[in-house]
Amino acid sequence: MNMSGKSVFKRVDWLTIFLYLMLVGIGWVNIYSTTLTDEGNALLDFSQLYGKQLFFIGASLIAALIFLNLEAHFYERFSSLLYIITMVLLLGLFVFGKNIAGATSWYSLGFFNLQPSELAKFTTALALAKYLSDIQTDIKKRKDQLFALLIILIPVLLIIPQPDPGSALVFLALVFVLFREGFPLFYLLIALVALIVFITTLMFGTIWVSISLALLIAVFLLVKKASFKVPLFPLFTFFFLAVIFSLSVNFVFENVFEQRHRDRFSLWLRLEKDPEKLEEIRKTIGYNTYQSEKAIESGGGFGKGFLEGTRTKGDFVPEQHTDYIFSTVGEEWGFMGTATVVILFTALLLRLVALAERQKSDFSRMYGYGVISILLIHYFINVGMVIGILPTIGIPLPFFSYGGSALIGFTALLFIFLKLDANRLNEWL
Amino acid sequence: MKKFLLSSIIVIIGITFIGRLSYLQIFRTTANQVLEDSAVQAIYDYPERGFIYDRNGTLLVANQPAYDVMVIPREVKPLDTLEFCSLLGIDKPKFLERMRKARVYSPRLPSVLVPQLSKADYARLQEKMRKYEGFYIQKRSLRYYDTNSGANVLGYISEVNESDIRRNPYYKQGELTGRTGIEKQYEEVLRGVKGVKFIQKDRFNRTIGPYKEGTLDTLPEQGKEIRVTLDKELQEYGEKLMVGKRGGIVALEPSSGEILALISGPTYDPALLVGRERSANYSKLHYDTISKPTWDRALLAQPSPGSPFKTLNALIALQEGVMKPETTVRCYNGFYVGNKKRGCHCGGGLRNMNSGIYKSCNAYFAQAFRKIYEKYPTTDEGMDVWEKHVKSFGLGDYLGYDLPTGRKGRIPDKAYYDRVYGDNRWASSFIISNAIGQGEVAATPIQLANMTAAIANRGYYFTPHIIKEIGGEPVSDPKFTTPHYTTIDKKHFDPIVQGMADVYTQGTAKWLQIPGIEIAGKTGTVENFTKIDGVRTQLTDHSLFVAFAPVDNPKIALAVYIEHGYYGARYAGHIASLLIEKYLKGEITRTDLEKRMLEKTLEAEYAKPYSGEEFKINEYVW
Repeated sequence: MNMSGKSVFKRVDWLTIFLYLMLVGIGWVNIYSTTLTDEGNALLDFSQLYGKQLFFIGASLIAALIFLNLEAHFYERFSSLLYIITMVLLLGLFVFGKNIAGATSWYSLGFFNLQPSELAKFTTALALAKYLSDIQTDIKKRKDQLFALLIILIPVLLIIPQPDPGSALVFLALVFVLFREGFPLFYLLIALVALIVFITTLMFGTIWVSISLALLIAVFLLVKKASFKVPLFPLFTFFFLAVIFSLSVNFVFENVFEQRHRDRFSLWLRLEKDPEKLEEIRKTIGYNTYQSEKAIESGGGFGKGFLEGTRTKGDFVPEQHTDYIFSTVGEEWGFMGTATVVILFTALLLRLVALAERQKSDFSRMYGYGVISILLIHYFINVGMVIGILPTIGIPLPFFSYGGSALIGFTALLFIFLKLDANRLNEWL
Repeated sequence: MKKFLLSSIIVIIGITFIGRLSYLQIFRTTANQVLEDSAVQAIYDYPERGFIYDRNGTLLVANQPAYDVMVIPREVKPLDTLEFCSLLGIDKPKFLERMRKARVYSPRLPSVLVPQLSKADYARLQEKMRKYEGFYIQKRSLRYYDTNSGANVLGYISEVNESDIRRNPYYKQGELTGRTGIEKQYEEVLRGVKGVKFIQKDRFNRTIGPYKEGTLDTLPEQGKEIRVTLDKELQEYGEKLMVGKRGGIVALEPSSGEILALISGPTYDPALLVGRERSANYSKLHYDTISKPTWDRALLAQPSPGSPFKTLNALIALQEGVMKPETTVRCYNGFYVGNKKRGCHCGGGLRNMNSGIYKSCNAYFAQAFRKIYEKYPTTDEGMDVWEKHVKSFGLGDYLGYDLPTGRKGRIPDKAYYDRVYGDNRWASSFIISNAIGQGEVAATPIQLANMTAAIANRGYYFTPHIIKEIGGEPVSDPKFTTPHYTTIDKKHFDPIVQGMADVYTQGTAKWLQIPGIEIAGKTGTVENFTKIDGVRTQLTDHSLFVAFAPVDNPKIALAVYIEHGYYGARYAGHIASLLIEKYLKGEITRTDLEKRMLEKTLEAEYAKPYSGEEFKINEYVW
């Protein structure tokens, strides 16, 4: 069962690797364009950000080779240990952490700052898969459900105080693994309804939300099949709970939230109609979103061309090489570029779902779902934020954004799964 | 269900993103509009506006420097407002108001704060300018006039307004454009093309360097100088004669259609519409609704053509063969329409065509007009033929000259009279006034001058035009070099021209002869009416005169129209005679005649309708 290196490369899923390399390559081209200065033009100039990123890409590829050549069962066996190590690293930040831009999220290693939350993403995915695939775990049991949630919540609780709420949010995506494994979808439905009620309440107010809900229920009762017995009591309970939730949304929004939170929501949901206040928001909290939207918009269908983005050159979009890298794609490559990247991500994620579903081992499938959930939420929130349909939450775009820890973390996440997948036929051993 | 949950979410997210991106980048895009890009600043380099010369190469319009104080509101740092205001020579509320307007227009684009400083103000301000961030001085070029005449025909330039910018995106706020006259007509030639330099800016609006290595930058293209067909001396002399009179004069060169002079009275010094006093002066001129100095009477006034129109009816009668030059008509100090008598001033007796013209006999041309119509079985057909002949002289429609204003005049057709009287309910007797140029016909002075040129050429005319050379190259636009033939055969012109020459030798203008020059002309005394408090009131007749000279190989054809100048031979005839002498001889021999014209004004006549009292018209005083 100890496979030779050659066999790994025969069995590994090359389509995924191809998509990975495309994303990393396109990402670097855009980082190059964004961080190019007049001083340097050597590609491997480590004083320049694009040079550093090229080094990180090299390091990630080496790491990928290592992950592919480690013994497949290593990951399952050591997942608890890896999880504990990263949790300790996260805990250690409170003492040894280095503060960059207001968040204590890094260990300073001289040449390179290590961000343990990036590593925690794949170790948590591993640990969760390991726990859920254990023969003694039953996802139907309340106690086991709580323990699984605990595995997810520990890193969340450790990361929130850094403060890095964006990264913390990412871990919550791991609940998708639970849903795949039999956690009742009912909870997801409740969460979805709560989200819709929350948003519509902010946009239209409690009264309209209640009326629409009542109408929906009325329509539902009218068109129901005669044979179908309507559970009337739960339906009304649901309605009253929704109305109460809607009322509490208003209360929380007005009394618990601070002004900056309210501003973010009003920016996101386009609640502010007064042009003067809009102008004010654009200059303050809405600045990033406004500028990145403008940059993307100015790219048009075919973009301004490589190294020709005027807003990119003029540094109009803050953090453009990290969280806002997608706006460079938009400006310089236009709709052609942005659509290509969206299609690449969609293809990669769908491919991973297919891979996960073909796993024979529960551990591999659950880990696969963990990988997909984490990549998906990064991609969804990051691109959604850059194109102005989600509120500002600072997390990187996988494989794309500048940053060594993130790139190596995502590479680890992906290639460990590729190794598991390559090994799936040996599972009977 | 569980298996497909995640896949569906992935696909839905993908579709949502593509939808949002196509909205941003395809539907709402501002793609590659470099001027809209806040990261790129365009700096313009304005070429000098082209000079304007007269037909002999004498300078009419040149340029002079002026200095605008510009502001970019976003870059303004706190400043000592009072000191700055006193430097600029404006008060604080005005300063604040202009700053507010500039900010509303755009916080990051330059606006004009104080336009057109004098050289002295500029010198004082220049050294201190560094202290005030966000303000700078932009040198601009203003028009300089080397003449005090020709205001309406030369036109003026002024700052573009919002609607100009919308109509033509070439213009940016604060730029100048030709408003009227030659400046408007030849705007693109005179203006040249501004150069532009694109500068890449960062988000703090600091310059990073040229945008796209300057590959989009352009050099300014110089405005071209033009030579117009006006004769500066004639134009200035004509305006001098027009002091105290209202009306229009158009002088043409019949052999080319070139406009030698285009005079409208009252006029004003074109320099009034340059510099800081521009808007105050403009308001004064624009709101003078009584004498209307900015209204170009030479192009826009539409009086009835009066007696000069008789020459056309004579030509049509000859062409249609309904009369011969020898045909006689008896004038009974008037003529009868049905049993109603219409008057005539010719003195009565037997008239042939020659004396009909030089004595301006109404009866003779009423007969000619009637005969034209009677040749055809129905009045409608007669009307069509008459209308076709008249319109071939360029009347009743835009002439197509190269100036931006004009009127059609009016040559009525059968549809017009059908509307007035009802279908088939009128005959030549109803419209007999047209025989003598009264009634429904109307023409602008330039149309009358053109008609005269067509007679001078014995049967054709060139479209009148003002442009002679652009950038040193003679203009040979086929529009202006193709002759337009009238529907009258050449042979019929000789008796008419003879009649017009006899106007000077023995007719209505015999005391206006110029020694040594043979002139052909025709007087016109035009009845006209106005409404005073809603009552139709007759005013003193307009004085009208058309002439060309020399009779053989004519060099000048002109029409002079003087509002309420009474007899055609008086104001209009005198002025025409003086202008012809000035143009052909270069000097005036009849100084007494000149003195009289320079001194006499019609202000008293013009005041009558506004006096609020009863007044007499057509008084004999002279």
